[in-house]
Amino acid sequence: MLLVPCPHCGPRNTADLTLVGESESRPDPSATTPQEWRSYLYLEHNPAGWTRETWYCRLGCGRFFVTERHRGQNRFRHPPLGPADESAGPR
Amino acid sequence: MSPLGSGPGSGPGQAPGSGSGTCLRRNDDRVVPMSPSRLPARPGEVIDRERPLTFTWNGGAVTGFAGDTIASALAASGCTVFSRSMKYHRPRGILTADFWDPNTLVQVGDEPNVRGGHRLLEAGMAVSAQNAWPSLRWDAKALTALGGRALSAGFYYKTFMRPRWLWPAYEKVLARFAPGGVIDPASAPRRHDKRYAHPDVVVAGGGPAGLAAAVAAAREGAGVLLVEHEHSLGGHLRWGTKSERSMAAALAGAAEAAGVEILTDATVAGRWEDNWLAVVERDGAGGPERLIKARAKVLVVAAGLIERPYVFAGNDRPGVMLSGGARRLLNLWSVRPGSRAVVWSANAAGDAAAADLEAAGVVVEHVDARTGRTVTAAEGRRGALERVVLSDGTRLEVDLLVTAAGWTAPTSLLNMAGVRPRYDPAAARFFPAEPGTAEAGTVLSTGGISGDGSLDELVGHGEATGRLAAARAATLAHRLRVATAWAAPVDGPEPPEVPDERTPLGRDPHPELYRSSTDGIVDLSEDVGSRDLRHAAAEGFDSVELVKRWTTATMGSAQGKLETVNTVAVLAEATGSTISEVGTTTWRPPFAPVTLGALAGRMFEPLRISSLHDLHVAAGMTPIQAGQWIRPEHYGDPAAEVCNVRANVGIIDVSPLGKLDIRGPDATDLLSLLYVNKWRRLAIGAVRYGVMCAEDGVILDDGVTGRLGEEHYLMSTTSSGSGAMEVWIQNWLQTEHPDWRVRVTPVTDAYTSINVAGPRSRVLLGRLVDDVDLGPEAFKYMQVRRGTVAGVAGCVMWRIGFTGELSYELHVPAGYGPHVWQALLAAGADLGVAPFGLEAQRIMRLEKGHFIVGQDTDALTKAPTAGLEWLIKLDKEDFCGRPELQWALEGEPGDAPDAVPRLVAVQPTDPSYVPPEVCQIVAATPDGKERIIGRITSSRFSPTLERSICLAQVEAVHAGPDTELTIVDITGRRHTATVMLHHAHFDPEGERLRA
Repeated sequence: MLLVPCPHCGPRNTADLTLVGESESRPDPSATTPQEWRSYLYLEHNPAGWTRETWYCRLGCGRFFVTERHRGQNRFRHPPLGPADESAGPR
Repeated sequence: MSPLGSGPGSGPGQAPGSGSGTCLRRNDDRVVPMSPSRLPARPGEVIDRERPLTFTWNGGAVTGFAGDTIASALAASGCTVFSRSMKYHRPRGILTADFWDPNTLVQVGDEPNVRGGHRLLEAGMAVSAQNAWPSLRWDAKALTALGGRALSAGFYYKTFMRPRWLWPAYEKVLARFAPGGVIDPASAPRRHDKRYAHPDVVVAGGGPAGLAAAVAAAREGAGVLLVEHEHSLGGHLRWGTKSERSMAAALAGAAEAAGVEILTDATVAGRWEDNWLAVVERDGAGGPERLIKARAKVLVVAAGLIERPYVFAGNDRPGVMLSGGARRLLNLWSVRPGSRAVVWSANAAGDAAAADLEAAGVVVEHVDARTGRTVTAAEGRRGALERVVLSDGTRLEVDLLVTAAGWTAPTSLLNMAGVRPRYDPAAARFFPAEPGTAEAGTVLSTGGISGDGSLDELVGHGEATGRLAAARAATLAHRLRVATAWAAPVDGPEPPEVPDERTPLGRDPHPELYRSSTDGIVDLSEDVGSRDLRHAAAEGFDSVELVKRWTTATMGSAQGKLETVNTVAVLAEATGSTISEVGTTTWRPPFAPVTLGALAGRMFEPLRISSLHDLHVAAGMTPIQAGQWIRPEHYGDPAAEVCNVRANVGIIDVSPLGKLDIRGPDATDLLSLLYVNKWRRLAIGAVRYGVMCAEDGVILDDGVTGRLGEEHYLMSTTSSGSGAMEVWIQNWLQTEHPDWRVRVTPVTDAYTSINVAGPRSRVLLGRLVDDVDLGPEAFKYMQVRRGTVAGVAGCVMWRIGFTGELSYELHVPAGYGPHVWQALLAAGADLGVAPFGLEAQRIMRLEKGHFIVGQDTDALTKAPTAGLEWLIKLDKEDFCGRPELQWALEGEPGDAPDAVPRLVAVQPTDPSYVPPEVCQIVAATPDGKERIIGRITSSRFSPTLERSICLAQVEAVHAGPDTELTIVDITGRRHTATVMLHHAHFDPEGERLRA
């Protein structure tokens, strides 16, 4: 189990957090198409490389934050990027 | 020596257990005397001769001593055959006399597959042989050995495939041949515990190098957890010379003195990212098997070496033993494993075995494998060794053959860290290749796994490894502290990165000895022979991973520890390649087998109770667990509770209802975003029902929210959804609208919530409330008031009606919950007030046709399915799920509106028939068959209407009022039912709740 670098709580067990998914901007709900909206809801790019991800610190500070993880090597880039305020809507 | 199977049977008059307790009664009730092979007391033995322990072996009494394993006690009593092999049912004896011994798995009472070579003897154990029927001596299934060629690799896969319709019959036949012990379904349940640990350094292996590493790391200030597989520390020193034994004792003493936490009879079963370790403590004095989840900063792997069997004809015959097995029997338990022995040795351990046996009075023929002489066959009859044939044709009449053919480095834990094993032909074993992954700097190895050396060199390498581990753990600890923003200020600079300056251990040359010129068993656990491996290669399974899966070699109880390298060597030979080219199979967790119980273990899931719990218990509640909450299902008679609410007044504890206090100038924006309906014009003092949908339009939660002030709301969510809703709301606020000025505080536990329901609820409440006008015009349906109840100020009251009756929901500061509950019961005694439980509430809400999210809706139920079109307001700004709901309402190309499910109320034609929930609803198809068109989602008998009532999801085309449906119950019986006009079976106009 990985240690996830929470910017507030420090490194914590993966089981203490929830991976929300890849950080992706929410399409404009008034102008979106079914295809765009559903790819936002259901599809992940999942590259074997660095990915921006949103995590939720479930058992810690309760904050959502963005970090970068290499999905091929399963490790995080330190330090984490900070709060998830500019993108990554709930899905 | 008179091994089992060759001794003369004695008369039936001889009592079992007589004569030094060394008789063995077989299942056929004939008694075979066995010659005791326990030697007089010897220095270094681990048995306590003052504490004899009596147990049974296949029904006959046997005596051993405290400190014996099951196998050593049986061997001491003369037993030579311990089991029958898995496939061919060949007799098997002791091979290694330790945890990995594939031949001494036994049944102990109701516990199958106990490792007899490892499990310590206890008085009264009922031990029996496995894989033997009707008895160990006359095993009927040994006939399969005659047809052994037919049982070649893949036999089952090829034979029991066709015809497919015979599979159930095959299963029955094969199950009878399945190896292993017997599971007793009546066994008492066992509890397994879990523990979390955060050591700086975990050392896997308590031999000389591991002990030295643990001591050195602890002396550098590291918190050290030392995990030893066997019952005591010292590794191979335990069965060594006097000076080796005193070295083991000194190191163990130093470890204790240095504050190392020592776990014996425990295994580091697996290693994952960032040194997340599964450590399993087996059953023992400390309690039942326990799983320790340890986050180590540095892992030191000091797993030592495991001796490798040699493959030749008859190599699985009882009497053929590895040098370590012979020395352990002799030096730990003072059991003489034979009287005349061939010791075939390629290394110092084998030479030491020869010397030890000679010193114990065994006649030894020492054959030096380094001169090129090999063993080609072990021959005998009836599970006994009589003769050893050497490659030069020499035939030696002996009852013991000891082989010392080389070593396997159990590199599993290193491999789990990404370090690949690399073969060194000069040393005839695999070594960890350096470096591995980026993380491997925090995974170190020492001892035999890393190389060879004198005892001083091994200890020196261990100490250097311990110091390196402590230094790296200190650096990592500093980084972790710095990365934790709110931690105490971190003193000093980061400790410098310590380079690995250990002097590498040497590698002793060793001949490559894997298979003789004859064929034998490679995997003794799975009964896979070298011939099977060659056949597999010839059939095209020529990679080691394919051979493993086709033949099951390395997949048995020894988990590859004994047989992996021999498998690779035989495959290399068969494919004309080298061992390096073939490589090894992937070592995966667990390092040693673990019971499922230990993995399941204890869950750390809290249970929640309301402040009224003790009162419910005193009132005789029948409890039910709903999510995390323990709630009253009823207090004896749920139907009577319903009738009392409909006729008089009842009170129910609804404290688990999720409650969120929402404040701030942007609070209204938040409600508009979360709910599908409108919130801008909700008056202060009013409550409104709302439904939340996820971004895919699926119903997420519902509840009422009341406006308490200009910028102040109290939101309620479903009981089961309260936690998820809190996260959902936080997600929106933190990621999409961090600029909004609004605070959401969970207050579920801050209030005790009591619903007062029934036509007399207003009268009852009026007796306890002075400062709020409860009059029907002053406090209308769907309004909220704040006031004082039974002297408790700061209560929130909202007038809503989940039960369909006039009702008030009170949210009382939690500390006063019991007071208000008791005050209600006391004040309403003459009104017939009585508590009602969850079941009565569920009946009444079903009578009213209110759906429950997650019961009547599922993960695909979009809002229109539940008939909520009227609630969804597309003429407002953005809200969760808006695009999907718009497409659902307006239709998309390719939609099949008739097939969209609808939630409808249903009444069975037979009013006494209550369909089970989730039973299916079917409709006839044009071809005369039936098709599932929906299901019953809720179903109860209504005491109010005196008939069964249901909610169901059915395809829209079948959802019109008065449509006749066919319900199929689990037995296949059909029942008709009718779709109703309204969701509400009772009072569809809602006159009662607006009263």
